[in-house]
Amino acid sequence: MKDLSLHILDIMQNSLAAGAKLIDVEIAENKTENIYTICINDNGKGMSAHMLSKVTDPFFTTRTTRKVGLGIPLLKENAERTGGKFEISSLQGEGTVIKATFVMNHFDRQPLGDIAGVIVLTAASNPAVRIKYVHSTCSGSYTFDTSEIMGVLGNTPVNNAEIISFLKEMINDNLENINYTTG
Amino acid sequence: MTKIKSLNDLRAIKASVEAKMNLRERSDAPEKLVQVKVAMATCGIASGAKAIMDFMVNELDKRQIPAVVSQTGCMGYCFAEPTIEVTVPGKEPIVFGYVNEKKADQIIEKYIKNGELVEGIIPVNYESIESK
Repeated sequence: MKDLSLHILDIMQNSLAAGAKLIDVEIAENKTENIYTICINDNGKGMSAHMLSKVTDPFFTTRTTRKVGLGIPLLKENAERTGGKFEISSLQGEGTVIKATFVMNHFDRQPLGDIAGVIVLTAASNPAVRIKYVHSTCSGSYTFDTSEIMGVLGNTPVNNAEIISFLKEMINDNLENINYTTG
Repeated sequence: MTKIKSLNDLRAIKASVEAKMNLRERSDAPEKLVQVKVAMATCGIASGAKAIMDFMVNELDKRQIPAVVSQTGCMGYCFAEPTIEVTVPGKEPIVFGYVNEKKADQIIEKYIKNGELVEGIIPVNYESIESK
């Protein structure tokens, strides 16, 4: 994965495959403690303790189309490479929480990338799923919640190109307003 | 500093989009629209599927082709990522492999507009790796 937003896109696809109706993405930049945290929380079907113990194994997957599952191992690898850590917890029938912690100024921490695009494209493809994205920095925090967006849009489809590009701009404007770290 | 866009601006965009949609086909008849599904699993994402999805959303709109672009899971063609499945109304879905922006452009111009298959792109069939 070239950047962190693509990891988030990948993990969100897992949540969608697990039938989540709510996906919470939280990014927290803590410059004082030099920690960059990504937390993805869903209310999908969750996993058993046995399955949970195997998800970081690249040769484990629930797919039938191929024999490897690299999404979670790649994120774990990238977090640990910076001296950070990776945690996953899950309860069957309740959902899954993934937390990846990065050492913020580490050379190997990937840039965030096009997070606005990731959130908006996923929301546009899955209008029935509520996606909440919270980004916090030392200057403040911004919350993007698709339930608000759907409230405004009503029957107008969110997958319209003009709306997609507007929503991306809106997220980017707000992220710049809280001085988020792009690099 | 420029003004930060807000939900109020979204209301204005909504009105303008709705006005245009009345002229065009409305999306409550999705079978009449071109449907593009971009394979968005780990393999696809790592190969650049997100950039292809951005490209398709923007270009189909620019070229005024009524279409729905969405994400889908892994189709089993990890070797040929990014892959996209294109369904032109009234035709069987076709999966194109090794799609980059140049090829995505050809898919729009040749296949979606004229129904020609595209040179240099393997339209992959529906067998999975397991069944080969």
